[in-house]
Amino acid sequence: MKARVIEPWLMAPLERFVRECGARLTLIMTPSGQVLAQYGFTRAVEVMSAAALGAGIAASTAEIVKMLDEPDFRVLNHQSPHHGIFLGRFATGRGPLLALAVYGADTSIGLVQLFFEDLVADLEAAAPVVAPRGPVLAADFERDLNESLATLFR
Amino acid sequence: MKAERLNPALDRITRVRGVRGAMVVSADDGLVVADALMEGIRGNAVAALAGSLAARLGRAAAVTDAGGQRFVHLAAEGGALLLLAGSEGLLIVAVTDHHVNVGLARLEMQRAAEEIA
Repeated sequence: MKARVIEPWLMAPLERFVRECGARLTLIMTPSGQVLAQYGFTRAVEVMSAAALGAGIAASTAEIVKMLDEPDFRVLNHQSPHHGIFLGRFATGRGPLLALAVYGADTSIGLVQLFFEDLVADLEAAAPVVAPRGPVLAADFERDLNESLATLFR
Repeated sequence: MKAERLNPALDRITRVRGVRGAMVVSADDGLVVADALMEGIRGNAVAALAGSLAARLGRAAAVTDAGGQRFVHLAAEGGALLLLAGSEGLLIVAVTDHHVNVGLARLEMQRAAEEIA
């Protein structure tokens, strides 16, 4: 299964992360849920759902963290009997990003966390610096979303 | 697990000549439970990789009908990684240089496993 990316600088760090930690599914996205890269998903609707849910979980966790007067939400892990879900937030020159990884019993949260740190370092090193974007208009958002999904499943 | 006994047990392992650090690791998760490490050793990396190594070697032992694994000695050019299976899904891990007396280190690891059980 191959990784798909919207922007080429994401490819090498994502492939390394998946190869090293053995994640079954991975998304890299903005905090608003715009997907920049994916690995393991086969249908666009799954990517859209996972991105929306991941962004929502990150946003609500960040609010809880604020209530606790902690500096920032960084990682969140959910462990089920057969799968784990890891959600991490990090900063790059491209702005803040989220990584969502689903992993199975053939790997561990320790490995996912370890290689998440490497993923963050790789992305920080590779990310192009961009000027802050203006407010996102509904029409632009829909167009961007459709273009991103088309790229991810080309 | 007797949490208050973790650090003294690890300290005794690190007193063995050549041991650079000792840890208790959650085997399934690959996470650090307790550690006593020299500066420069990445505890989270050792824990994650030790957990993964133990799981894979455990599967290898199972397919050869060798039974459950008890002790792993990974000798490398600059030192060694020692793993001993403890109770409650814990691993006792020691990071050593190549001058270590493996038998003595193993004995202390075994004692640590018994103390924290």
